[in-house]
Order: sequence, then structure tokens, then C-alpha cells
Amino acid sequence: MATQASRAAGRLMISPAVILLFLWMIVPLGMTIWFSFLRYNLLIPGGETFAGFENYHYFFTDPNFWPALWNTLTLVLGVLLITTVGGILLALLLDQPMFGQGIVRVLVIAPFFVMPTVSALVWKNMFMNPVNGLFAWIARTLGFAPFDFLSAAPLFSIILIVAWQWLPFATLILLTALQSLDSEQLEAAEMDGAGPVSRFFYIMLPHLARAATVVILIQTIFLLSVFAEILVTTNGGPGNASTNLTYLVYSQSLLQYDVGLGSAGGIVAVILANIVAIFLMRMIGKNLET
Amino acid sequence: MARTVTTQRKVIVTAIAWTIAIAIFFPILWTFLTSFKTEADAIATPPKFLFFNWTTENYTTVQGRSNYFLHFWNSVIISVGSTVAALIIAIPAAWSMAFVPGKRTKDILMWMLSTKMMPAVGVLVPIYLLFRDTGLLDTRTGLVIVLTLMNLPIVVWMLYTYFKEIPGEILEAARMDGANLTREIIYVLTPMAVPGIASTLLLNIILAWNEAFWTLNLTASKSAPLTQFIASYSSPEGLFYAKLSAASMMAIAPIIVLGWFSQKQLVRGLTFGAVK
Amino acid sequence: MGQIELKGVTKRFGDVEVIPPLDLQINEGEFVVFVGPSGCGKSTLLRLIAGLEDTTGGRIEIDGKDATDLRPAQRRLAMVFQSYALYPHMSVRKNIAFPLKMAKLSQAEIDKKVEGAAKVLNLSSYLDRRPGQLSGGQRQRVAIGRAIVREPAAFLFDEPLSNLDAALRVNMRLEISELHNSLKTTMIYVTHDQVEAMTMADKIVVLQAGRIEQVGTPLELYRTPKNRFVAGFIGSPKMNFIGGTEAQKHGAHEIGIRPEHITVGTSGDWQGRVTVSEHLGSDTYLHVQTDHGIINVRSAGNVDVHHGDTVWLTPETANIHKFDANGSAV
Repeated sequence: MATQASRAAGRLMISPAVILLFLWMIVPLGMTIWFSFLRYNLLIPGGETFAGFENYHYFFTDPNFWPALWNTLTLVLGVLLITTVGGILLALLLDQPMFGQGIVRVLVIAPFFVMPTVSALVWKNMFMNPVNGLFAWIARTLGFAPFDFLSAAPLFSIILIVAWQWLPFATLILLTALQSLDSEQLEAAEMDGAGPVSRFFYIMLPHLARAATVVILIQTIFLLSVFAEILVTTNGGPGNASTNLTYLVYSQSLLQYDVGLGSAGGIVAVILANIVAIFLMRMIGKNLET
Repeated sequence: MARTVTTQRKVIVTAIAWTIAIAIFFPILWTFLTSFKTEADAIATPPKFLFFNWTTENYTTVQGRSNYFLHFWNSVIISVGSTVAALIIAIPAAWSMAFVPGKRTKDILMWMLSTKMMPAVGVLVPIYLLFRDTGLLDTRTGLVIVLTLMNLPIVVWMLYTYFKEIPGEILEAARMDGANLTREIIYVLTPMAVPGIASTLLLNIILAWNEAFWTLNLTASKSAPLTQFIASYSSPEGLFYAKLSAASMMAIAPIIVLGWFSQKQLVRGLTFGAVK
Repeated sequence: MGQIELKGVTKRFGDVEVIPPLDLQINEGEFVVFVGPSGCGKSTLLRLIAGLEDTTGGRIEIDGKDATDLRPAQRRLAMVFQSYALYPHMSVRKNIAFPLKMAKLSQAEIDKKVEGAAKVLNLSSYLDRRPGQLSGGQRQRVAIGRAIVREPAAFLFDEPLSNLDAALRVNMRLEISELHNSLKTTMIYVTHDQVEAMTMADKIVVLQAGRIEQVGTPLELYRTPKNRFVAGFIGSPKMNFIGGTEAQKHGAHEIGIRPEHITVGTSGDWQGRVTVSEHLGSDTYLHVQTDHGIINVRSAGNVDVHHGDTVWLTPETANIHKFDANGSAV
């Protein structure tokens, strides 16, 4: 509570952020919606005509659409699964007393600092390459045929790369949360006869719920629009095996210059993201209160 | 409280933890080593780990070929510029939300976060065309604008969570002591929030440095930051592992070093203030 | 300087009226304590005077001038907050100097005043420390130092002792009283602790649900409470209330008798059994189960009765307070 004067100041101070974000949201989005109803190809200048729902029709019936949607969800859920479960396990491990804890933490954090284009290129060429990659060498040493990751299992490979980038993030947040757990609570549980497993499930896991929510929220935001990793490794291929919605729209609008179709795809992506967002916001609303 | 841990147990935990940590770090380590190899050593079978002819020629070759320093400088300007701009807009907004909350403050915050949910690809086409028509395509200014707006919600949110921890009574005391709003923010709020602001700043610089959707789509050459510089190694030079590694190290080393040096603030920042 | 007058001051948060129209006169140099249970509006009232909240209606006058719409800084009031609200990033010296710096005083003048305040408050050797390195009592003194350097028209204290431990609280209470004696500046002090109110105040304002129940000196409130609420709030241990036929004997709906106004003996008006006896040496507190409910008794010195003993209680007739059905004193 405060005075009128400070409330007025408050409104004044928040307005630049609100106005800028509002413009940033509404202007391009409005344009995208407008374009999505046009026949508009950058290669045919001046040829814009109203197209109704034609673009949407083409986009939904595009043979790449359903696979792309499916790939997007698989990518998001796959990475979330690996990073949260892996993050919890790693956090539990790093929370134990050990020698050189500081250095271990520094090593584990590092992948988060690596830009997506670099990690994609390094993994693609130096690890997953079927001829010269390190994995191929390991396979040959063990007497197996080298596995061509990016051709045989492109989406899975991309999930691995992206999970590698995000695992440190999940681990760190969960570790911080774990360290904030009051040790008296654990001791009380121990006095009450709870073994290590029950302590984990009844005390630690509920305590981690809030942190896990943050991990899932932030990662989902970034994972829905994974782009560079795909562009650099597989270009969405082979075929459409690793095309997600972001990449599909990119290829339609900036590779095929079909602004109308790309815009329709963009709108579909926005709607989809909003469905996920509503779901997530509910979850945070519940977990981030207080 | 502190319970004695048997040395044996500690040794086992240490061994497991170090193995996993090195495995996670290995790709970076391997890139680092490879960047000092000759191309022949880089693809040697079996792979050479430490015993090869150390050379720095890859680094000079990469700089000679694609003017690393231009892209490095672009990355610095874009990431620092967009972060500072976002902070300038976000500090007053976060002050307002934390200290004069209204009925709609929570909703505004949620709405801001939800703009972050909007996939970039949904607005790629109009932004691309707007930039093309206004001459912002392939300019640092253009990228600073986009990245500022893109990270603004996260910056506001982080600052808000930090500001909320500052007791309102202290700001009221400043008001009683005769400070007006500007002085209240400059003399009292900002110095108290320095750790939070530093975390926000660092995390945001890293996010902007590594941003690879807008930087790839809105730049071509002269304003291209390091993300684009590396993407150009995608093919066919990607097959020259030593040079690829050198270029990669040059792109990520600044941020890794920055990250390691500021680990403590960063961990705080990474949790987005949501976990204590 | 330092006369404050509230005329019909009202505060509403949305539809909730926290303070119905209220009038109050605070004279120059007075030590006024606002006391009441939590949520009674005493802190809100103080914040209205400070200017940290807007009034919904009415006028606030400071030294005869309308201050209702002035900003906090323009009212020449200084406030000591419950959490002390020290600036953690500034040294003690800078904390105390802050209001002077805001008032754009010269550095020499600032130094002189800070040194002076530090001397009065025994802070001289801590001037270069940060608040985080000080004990609770020292922080409290810094907060007071920051208030006195401004030479304000009045000091406002918002439950300043509630974060201190019991022993320190007694000390700080004395220090604040001494400070008032030497400065002779108006002080308004908010607390929920009636002991603080009784020991420090020239004038106590008892508040409940935003309304003033009674204004008076500590002894006035103790001796002649206007109603049942004030009677029950002021005094420790609390006054005993007895209704029914026993009250009708005294021609009242309910009667009240303070624990210290009851004598214990082997014969008397009310018979009862001791449930708990607390022997403090100087006093004995007895909780006695009688036909009229539990009655608390406070006897001077040690009274040799214990749990389970049967005792007789006799109230001092002259000190019986009578209340009507509305709770007003008769």
C-alpha cells in the first residue's frame, strides 16, 4: 500500500516496459495474421492477393506438418525428461560431501555457456560423424559397426545435443533447491523412522517441486523454438525426420520465400505455444504462489 | 548437524562425481585439445589425446579466413548493448511491481512472461520484412533492438524477484529522510540490489551471446555475431576438425571464462530468483 | 514546534474502512503512545501522519498548517521503523548522514551533526561499521540517530522494540524516555505492549478497530477506564470480569476487579481452589477456580499457597469497576 503519488509514479515507471512489449507483441503478430491471409511470395513482388484460409489449408495439409508437430513435442518432452530426471540424480550426487566439489560444479556448468551453433557442430562432426567421429571409433574398437547418428536417428541425436546443453541448467537449479532444504527436516524425518528412500520421496522430492517447475517452465520456453541445432546438423532432414515447427516455418518463409504460407505456420505455432503456455502458467500459478 | 562421513564413502562419491563431470565436460575438453592439433592428428585413429604436435596455427588460419575479431566485437556489442538497454527499461518497471503493487501487477507480470512464450518464428516474417524495409537487416542496432525486447520479460521477472526481497520499510525510510523517487532508486534501491542486478546482467549477456535464432536470420556478414560466424563452418569446412575446433573455442571461450569467474552470481541468476 | 492535530481523518482500503473519522490533538513536547491489539489501525494511523499513506478524508495539521497533501519529506517528521530500515550498504556514519545529505547540507555541517548524534547515542566507536555488523540494540540506536539529526518537529516510532529481546527492550525503553526528557520533542509511539505504553507515555491513545476508545494519562486509564475494552487492555495481569448475580449485587451488568485488588485469606467472599501458583518472590500470582470462573490474583510478597489448596478471595470494594450491558463504565 502506498500513497497516490507513489502509485502514479509506479504506473509511469512500468509503462515503458509494458508499451514496448505490447508493441513488440501486437505489431508483428498483427502483420503475421494479415500476411497469413494473403498469397504473398517474395519472388513475385506486387502479387499479393487475398487468399482467405488457403494458406492455413495448405499448411495443415502439408505432408510435413503433422511430423513437424510430432517432432516438436517429442523434442520438448524428450529433453525435459532427460534433464529433469538427470538433473535430480546429478543434484543428489553433487550434494554429497566429496573432494573438489567446486571444480566438479564448474565442469558440470560449462555446457550451458556453449552457444547452440557450436555445440551442434562439435557433436555433429567430432562425435556423431560415422567416419571420423569419436563414437564411431569407440564402436569400431568394441567391434560394432559405427552408427550414423544424424541419418539413422536424427531426432534422437538432436535431443541428445539439446539435453547436453540444458542438463547443467536443470542440475544447478535443483542443486540450489536441495541445498536450501532445512537439514532439521531431514533429521526429524530420520527420527520418525524414515529411511533414505522414504526421505527422498516424502521430504526431498516435494521440496524440489517448485524448482522443478521453474526448470520445466524456462526450458519449455526455449525448447519450443529450438532452431540452430537443427539448422546446423540436419537441416530438418533426412526428409522431415528432424523438422520441428520452428524449422518448418523458417524453411517455408525464408527458404521458399512463401510469406503467406510461412505466416500461417507462424500463427499455428503461436496458437500451439499458447496452449502449452496456459497449461504451464496454471502449473506455475499453483507452484510459485507465496 | 555435520555428521562424520567415512572417508571410504567420500572417495567413492568423489570418483563417481568426477567421472560424470568429466564426461559432461568432455566435448568441450575434446574441442579444446583438437583445436591445437594438425588436421591429420585431429582425425587420427586411434584418437590422440595429449601426445600430438601442439600447434596454434589453426587460430591464425581462422582469424585470417573470417576476421574473428569483427564477429567477436559484434557479439560483445549486441549482448552487452541489449542487456544494458533491457536493464534500463526493466529497473523502473520492477521497482513499480515490487513496491507499489496494484491489483493487476501479478497479471502484468504473467502477461510479460507469456510474450516470451510466443515462438519467435511466429513473428519472423514481419520482423524480417520490417527490418528489410527500414534498413535494419544485418545491422547491430537491429539485433540490439530485437534481443532487448526478447529478453525484457525475463529481466523484469528476475529483477522483480530480487527487489521483492528488499523490505519496503527501507524505501519508506528514505522517503521520510527526504529522498525523492529518483534519489530513492539511485541511492538506496540500486546499491541494495547490486547482487541481483549483477546476476541478471550476467545471465542476460550469456543468453544474448548464445542467441541463435534472430542472429542467424537477421544478419548476413558485417554485423554477424559469433553464432553466425560458427554456423558458416557448418560445411564443408566442418570436416576440418582442427580449424572447426579453433573457431569453436574462440566463440565460446569468452563466455565460459566470464561464466566461471562469476559463478556465484550466475548460479543465483540461473535460478531466476525463484529458488533460494 | 511539534503540535499535530487530526481532524476527521478517515482511511479506507477499497470498501474496508480501517479508520472511521477520527479526531486527535497531540500537543507540543508530548510523548503520545498509540496502543491496541494488532490490526487495530494504530500503525496505519502513524503512517497517515507520516505521509506514507494517503488519507481518504479529513485534515492533518502540523503546527497549525495543513499537511494533508504534503509529501513525507516535507512534513519535518522523522520515523523509526519496526525493522529499523537501516541502509545495509551504507556505514553507520552514512546512514545517519543520509537525511542531511538529502537536505543538501554542507559536508562540515553534516559531520558535526553526525558526530553529535553519535555521541549522544554512544555510537562513536561504530561509525564506520555496516549495520550488519551491529547488535540489535546498536541498530536501534542508529535508527534513532538517523531520526534525531534532522531535528524534526516530531518523532514517529513504529513498534521499535518488538525485535529486541526482553532485557534489551527494558534498556531501550529507558533510553527513549531519557531521549524524550532531554530533547523535549513531540514523540508518537506505536506499540501493542501496554507495559511500554504505561511506562513511557504522557498520554495514551487506546485504539480498537480504528476507533479511539480512550485518551488519557496512564494512571487515568488504569484507574478510570471508560469501558470494558480499555479496562481489560490496560494492566497486567489482566482485570478479572465477573457477570451474573455477583455483578447484580453491585448494581451492574458486569463487574471488573484487578488481580492486585483482591486479598487472599482463610475467609472471604469467594471460595475457590488454586489451579496454578506462580511464586516470583516479590509477588505471587494465583489462578483460582471459583464459582465465578477462573480469577487471577496478584499478592505482594510470597503467599504460601499451592496447587490444590482451597482459598477465600475478597475484592477491595473501592476498586471494583462496574460496566453496563454495552460495556461502558458506570
